[in-house]
Amino acid sequence: MDARAAKENLITLSGVGVERGGRWLVRGIDLAIRRGEIVTLIGPNGSGKSTTAKVATGVLKPSAGTVERKAGLRIGYVPQKLMIDWTLPLTVERLMTLTGRYDGREIAAALEAVGAVGLRRAAVQDLSGGEFQRVLFARAMIRQPDLLVLDEPVQGVDFSGEVALYDLIKEIRDRTRAGILMISHDLHVVMADTDTVICLNGHVCCTGTPDLVARSPEYLRLFGGRAAQTLAIYQHHHDHEHTDDGTIAPGHHDHHDHGAHSHAG
Amino acid sequence: MLDDFFSRALVAGIGLALVTGPLGCFVVWRRMSYFGDTMAHSALLGVALAILLNLNMTIGVFAVAALVAGALLLLQRQGGLSTDALLGILSHSTLAVGLVLVGFLSGVRIDLMGFLFGDILAVSALDIAVIYGGGLAILGLLVAFWRPLLASTVSPELAEAEGLRPEASRILLMVLMASVIAIAMKLVGVLLITSLLIIPAATARRLSATPEHMAVAASLLGALAVVGGLFGSRQWDTASGPSIVVAALLLFTLSLAVPVRHLLARRSQQESQA
Repeated sequence: MDARAAKENLITLSGVGVERGGRWLVRGIDLAIRRGEIVTLIGPNGSGKSTTAKVATGVLKPSAGTVERKAGLRIGYVPQKLMIDWTLPLTVERLMTLTGRYDGREIAAALEAVGAVGLRRAAVQDLSGGEFQRVLFARAMIRQPDLLVLDEPVQGVDFSGEVALYDLIKEIRDRTRAGILMISHDLHVVMADTDTVICLNGHVCCTGTPDLVARSPEYLRLFGGRAAQTLAIYQHHHDHEHTDDGTIAPGHHDHHDHGAHSHAG
Repeated sequence: MLDDFFSRALVAGIGLALVTGPLGCFVVWRRMSYFGDTMAHSALLGVALAILLNLNMTIGVFAVAALVAGALLLLQRQGGLSTDALLGILSHSTLAVGLVLVGFLSGVRIDLMGFLFGDILAVSALDIAVIYGGGLAILGLLVAFWRPLLASTVSPELAEAEGLRPEASRILLMVLMASVIAIAMKLVGVLLITSLLIIPAATARRLSATPEHMAVAASLLGALAVVGGLFGSRQWDTASGPSIVVAALLLFTLSLAVPVRHLLARRSQQESQA
């Protein structure tokens, strides 16, 4: 892929605001997502992360500002914590064709790519949290999206699962050159490969590379010095294997430099 | 074949069951059974209004059921009372208003029992035409919009983000339910309609691995309940509508014997890890 295509602009928001019932949910949002880039939205609850993501994907119309979207932009979405009721019989295979039609070969390839090929015939209700998350990634990727939207992708996944998912996200980005928009309520942990962190609190309070944001005075004011001290950035070393059930082969966790990691709770 | 009332009842009942099966799956998946009940209860109000305004009864029932669904959507959006309480209010008040209105229609003789519990043995050839015509239209819409309907049932957020319109799916389902209630009322009555939606679908769950299997299985199980119930009612001289529901219940009870594989073991395993 040539350099120009790699930098193709997928979505550009300029001065976007969303008003509901006389209250601005978000205001003055500028953000750009390019092909092959990872943009992470962080911020406390109610800071407008989901609203911003919905404007970006076209689900919500902005009350102010402009949104430019690449014509025919295809979006793959990995939802936050999907509970599928037992009354709905759903196999992994069937879940893959939820929003589009794909043949058996495409399904196998998508599951293969996330190391979940053995789960093809399993009922989704039987999957563990980590397995299900991988299957949801495969489902989003089978659409060959230009933009992948991840809503709290590591929520409810234990630490080693979290590292594995970050590896998977990076791998997906490198292989498909899709743009990735990640929503995270975890203020302390941002993936190292994030190109841009946008810290929201009703407005963009700071933006830039993870390093830059961690040191910015706005971030410190919003989340306090202690939060900044614990802002950890994942590094990646490809020295492990993903097994079929979605875990990482044991004994490799110590290779991940995860810094001082703590959760806000 | 349609000459005698028993054959007509069989044909009409099977036609209805083929439609309530797949639609009932959505009612079960989306936890809409109380909602379906509420729409069905409003059917009596539709009957009374149709008589008052001299309208076709099927159209009157459809219109009132659709209006009740719309009213619920608006009240939900407004916030305040829980959906549960709103349904309770709408369900019983529409039934009561319907009963009161029927009482006022002193000039007309109305078979109240027939509306409450249905009279499948009294269906005419025209009724059958309405059931099959309406039923085909409902099934056609379900098939045409199956993927978006299912996707927005699994996750409205996901469907919306990937370019589908879950709100439109929801409205379509409500319209389809109002239609089914309108064509089913004469057969099984307002108090028993939802049982034909829910029981065959619930029975089909344990026998199915995919949503499509479950929809087809629910149709077949519903048809089986109709046949069993009608023959039972002829054999033992019992009320036909309730006999169909009893047959459906028997099938459901039998289905409980089918074990739920993996699920329980896996669940408890996950819980112990948590």
